[in-house]
Amino acid sequence: MDNTDSVAVKEACARFDFDPKRLLDILWQVQDVNRCVDANALTDIAQATGLPRVSVDGVASFYHFYSSRPKGRFAIYLCDDIVDRQHGFNDLLAVLRDELGIAPGQITADGLFSVDLTPCIGLCDQPPGLLVNQYIAGSLTPAKLRRLLQDLKKDSHPGSSFTQGGEGQNGNSLIQTRLKNNIRRRGAILGSGQLTESGLQNASELSSFEILETLRASGLRGRGGAGYPVWQKLDTAFRQITADKVVICNADEGEPGTFKDRVLLTEQPDLVFEGMTIAARATGASQGILYLRAEYRYLEAWLEERLAQRRAEGLLGSHICGTEGFNFDIRIQRGAGAYICGEESALIRSCEGGRGEPTSRPPYPAIQGYKGLPTTVNNVETFCCIARIFEIGATAFARLGTPQSTGTKLFSVSGDCRKPGVYEFPFGLTVRELLNHCQADDAAAVVVGGPSGQIIGRNEFDRRLCFEDLATAGAFVVFNSTRNILEIVRAYIQFFVDESCGYCTPCRVGNVFLLERMDKIIAGKGETTDIDYLRQLADTIIETSRCGLGHTSPRPILSTLANFPLVYAALLKAPNAGSQPGFDIQKALDEARHLAHRGSTLYDRDYSGGVS
Amino acid sequence: MSETLASTFTIQVDGQTVTVQAGQSIMEACDAAGIYIPRLCDCEGLVPQGSCRVCCVDINGRIQAACTQPAAPGQVIGNETPTLNAHRRTLVEMLFHEGNHLCPICEASGRCELQAMAYRLGITQASPYPYLQPVRPVDASHPDIALDNNRCILCGRCIRASRDIDQKHVFDYVGRGIHKRIGVSAARLAETDASLEDEAIARGTCPVGCILRKREGFDTPVGQRLFDRRPIDLDNAVQHHIPTQAVPAHIESDPP
Amino acid sequence: MKKKKRLATASLAGCFGCHMSLLDMDERLLEVLEHVEFDRSPLMDFKGFRQRCDIGLIEGGCCNEDNVHVLRQFRENCDVLVAIGQCAIMGGLPVMRNAIMHADDPLRECLEEAYNESPRVLNPGNHIPNDPALPLLLDKVYTCSEVVHIDFQIPGCPPSGDTLYQVLMALATGKKPEFSYGMIKYD
Repeated sequence: MDNTDSVAVKEACARFDFDPKRLLDILWQVQDVNRCVDANALTDIAQATGLPRVSVDGVASFYHFYSSRPKGRFAIYLCDDIVDRQHGFNDLLAVLRDELGIAPGQITADGLFSVDLTPCIGLCDQPPGLLVNQYIAGSLTPAKLRRLLQDLKKDSHPGSSFTQGGEGQNGNSLIQTRLKNNIRRRGAILGSGQLTESGLQNASELSSFEILETLRASGLRGRGGAGYPVWQKLDTAFRQITADKVVICNADEGEPGTFKDRVLLTEQPDLVFEGMTIAARATGASQGILYLRAEYRYLEAWLEERLAQRRAEGLLGSHICGTEGFNFDIRIQRGAGAYICGEESALIRSCEGGRGEPTSRPPYPAIQGYKGLPTTVNNVETFCCIARIFEIGATAFARLGTPQSTGTKLFSVSGDCRKPGVYEFPFGLTVRELLNHCQADDAAAVVVGGPSGQIIGRNEFDRRLCFEDLATAGAFVVFNSTRNILEIVRAYIQFFVDESCGYCTPCRVGNVFLLERMDKIIAGKGETTDIDYLRQLADTIIETSRCGLGHTSPRPILSTLANFPLVYAALLKAPNAGSQPGFDIQKALDEARHLAHRGSTLYDRDYSGGVS
Repeated sequence: MSETLASTFTIQVDGQTVTVQAGQSIMEACDAAGIYIPRLCDCEGLVPQGSCRVCCVDINGRIQAACTQPAAPGQVIGNETPTLNAHRRTLVEMLFHEGNHLCPICEASGRCELQAMAYRLGITQASPYPYLQPVRPVDASHPDIALDNNRCILCGRCIRASRDIDQKHVFDYVGRGIHKRIGVSAARLAETDASLEDEAIARGTCPVGCILRKREGFDTPVGQRLFDRRPIDLDNAVQHHIPTQAVPAHIESDPP
Repeated sequence: MKKKKRLATASLAGCFGCHMSLLDMDERLLEVLEHVEFDRSPLMDFKGFRQRCDIGLIEGGCCNEDNVHVLRQFRENCDVLVAIGQCAIMGGLPVMRNAIMHADDPLRECLEEAYNESPRVLNPGNHIPNDPALPLLLDKVYTCSEVVHIDFQIPGCPPSGDTLYQVLMALATGKKPEFSYGMIKYD
């Protein structure tokens, strides 16, 4: 074994004080230096942190971006989201095969490049996209990808055409991308001119009660999708009598088709931190964590710089805004590739260095969360709303939107439309209105809220985007009439199969069965009875799963069965009481024909007994 | 604290009134009252984890795992209902199809809780699900113990017994999703400190034939095995129980 | 007298244990024969169907083309098709070979292991049987319900004579088979 590996592991452990709760950070450093977390590293980390080796193995094997086998010096992760697949993904795959001679899952002989596929990286408004180490690139073409590979070969660095020239802060030397923000419409959150960024200053003069009362009056509900009243979450944590409390910002934006948190973290990071600080003021928390999805690690240096700046300005740290006893600081926890960590209890576990599996409730995180402390977890956008409420006032905020869905909402619009990007609107606009704004002329289906939301058709376009009607965390993916609905459904079920944590039986196994049956239907071997099969299976998965992933994973199927029944009906045959259409005798015999050098007396029509 | 936590209260289970001691889960309250809720991952004496979902019950119209859900005053609970047993059948079939469960050659046959649960639920009809037929390596490196992960149902009873009772932490979950399985705390089992004396290795801790004590196979004649004549229920499940006093007092809930 | 039900049986990739178990009905066979008459069956040595049957019993799953052919013939010629025993239901012992199915070349690996590589095999010429009379093997072992629609299953390895008797009598008298606790066995 190479000695430097072991040294790197020890250094990584020492850097995080051999703290088992920082296992994700330790594993990241090992992965970065050694390009893998191999069996020896597991043993070394276990020794250094005092964790059982199998537990280190359990965490390392849980996350997508830790690898037991070496990745290339340039680890390329090509986004295989359905939107990317429809916008040039295959061309990029061909370039990678052509230039590097490898397919996904492989590494070049010289160890320079590895290629893997990865679910949505938050660039659906500028597809196709990919990650290379800490870099990110979108709007790629085969020519651009060739240039990127040449840059990497020649200079060990993506050239300036990939790391400079991004819109707004995307071009910042700490972010180093050429990404676009594509902000198409601004409102109270994204700011349209007259905002003063005074929320924290205003809130620092209020008591916890006053802050909670303001939030209650604002009617603010969580922007993560479930729509839980924000003041109640904070109130529960506030009522706990403990030495300390925690505020966590969920920046694990993993729902395929959403990217507005990426834009907020790029353009409005201070607003996010401000909202977190106000939440901390409300609950009495001194610890803050921003859980940043691994795909957004390119934003880490920028966010760290903003945090440092806020500390320097007295907006974080001790006696914030000069208020005695208002102490709060924020650290960034980088995720490692797991959609399930968007679930708050899984996210907390992940922050604690564990496998990102949801925990049983009770206890609720607001009572017993991170390291056993009362913990409030909110979405990036929610924290921005909190900050704005203390700037424009609860009444002004509540005046926006609908009675049950106050304020504005950011929509991540992508797919088949001429103006993809981020749209901020007061809650309550119709799907059709948003389609008009993004110039989707031939919309046949819209995925509202991502795979865990609903796939709706034209007859539902007058529904309103708000908690009273179509609740959504913000993803809005448009598909035109040339797209294959079943392929979209299949891609989303595959996503859930890949992202299920595997904790509970129905989600771990049931989603695999759903996928198998979708494949059968897409292959033209489906029978009308398969619809009942899908519905019954979906029922058990939804009813008996432990967390939100299983409660929502069958939705792509159920919502398309409801909204696009003809798409299924066109492919299904009446059940044949005899043969099972899924069984293919010719395929089952191919290998034997080859091995035996003869054909089948029963199933080859032209059988002559000789070599087939 | 509120009054309910300091006293006893009652819940309704399939129309029967059950008295609950404050702090009990639905499972614990029903066990004490002699009402059997089907289960696979839960085992008395171990921290409940609610992963198999076979113990799902209907609480005021919402389905929850009885082993992790605290009993609360006024709950109206459905247990042996056609809907729940249909879900349970599906869950048990999922487990049968996820692994390689070849009862005719398995030495756990007859005392296997997965098999017994299928018998109890009356599973005889052709299952519509595909067999996933995994190919997971068998670890027979240990002189006294063999591990056939192809039969594992991921109940995690060995993990909890080894961690909380034996204080050895020989096992834990590795991988995720459909690739999740039980790993051992070394390259192979022989290099861990697992031994036949461990609660984790005791017969009955593993509900199926995944953890095998070598040279003890097929020691009970067919017809005399645990579930040959009687369905799995509260009485014969007792034989598997790990003594409650063996659990360290500090373990109360799912640890981080 | 009431018309007897016609019964056909076949053993595919099985061990004939289920057919032996049919004989374990002992003297009750005579009672069964008052309600059924045998058509195609290894017990009768008819090689093909003589006429359409009411009930078909299938032992064993499908490991080769001939199994598939016979199973499909049964499905075509029988009103009610019953899979008996674990091999027919879930593949049984033969399905163990599927444990190598994720190899690139699963069938080759299976044959190499069986005829050459296993430490307990003595095969000096490394000869793998390939007589033209041998049916071609399938890429893996399939359960009966993966190949054709199955109406009922009688689990067991084998199902006991008692179980077979009760289920057969139910089917012969036009009732839906019911399984009491002791009748369900997967071993």
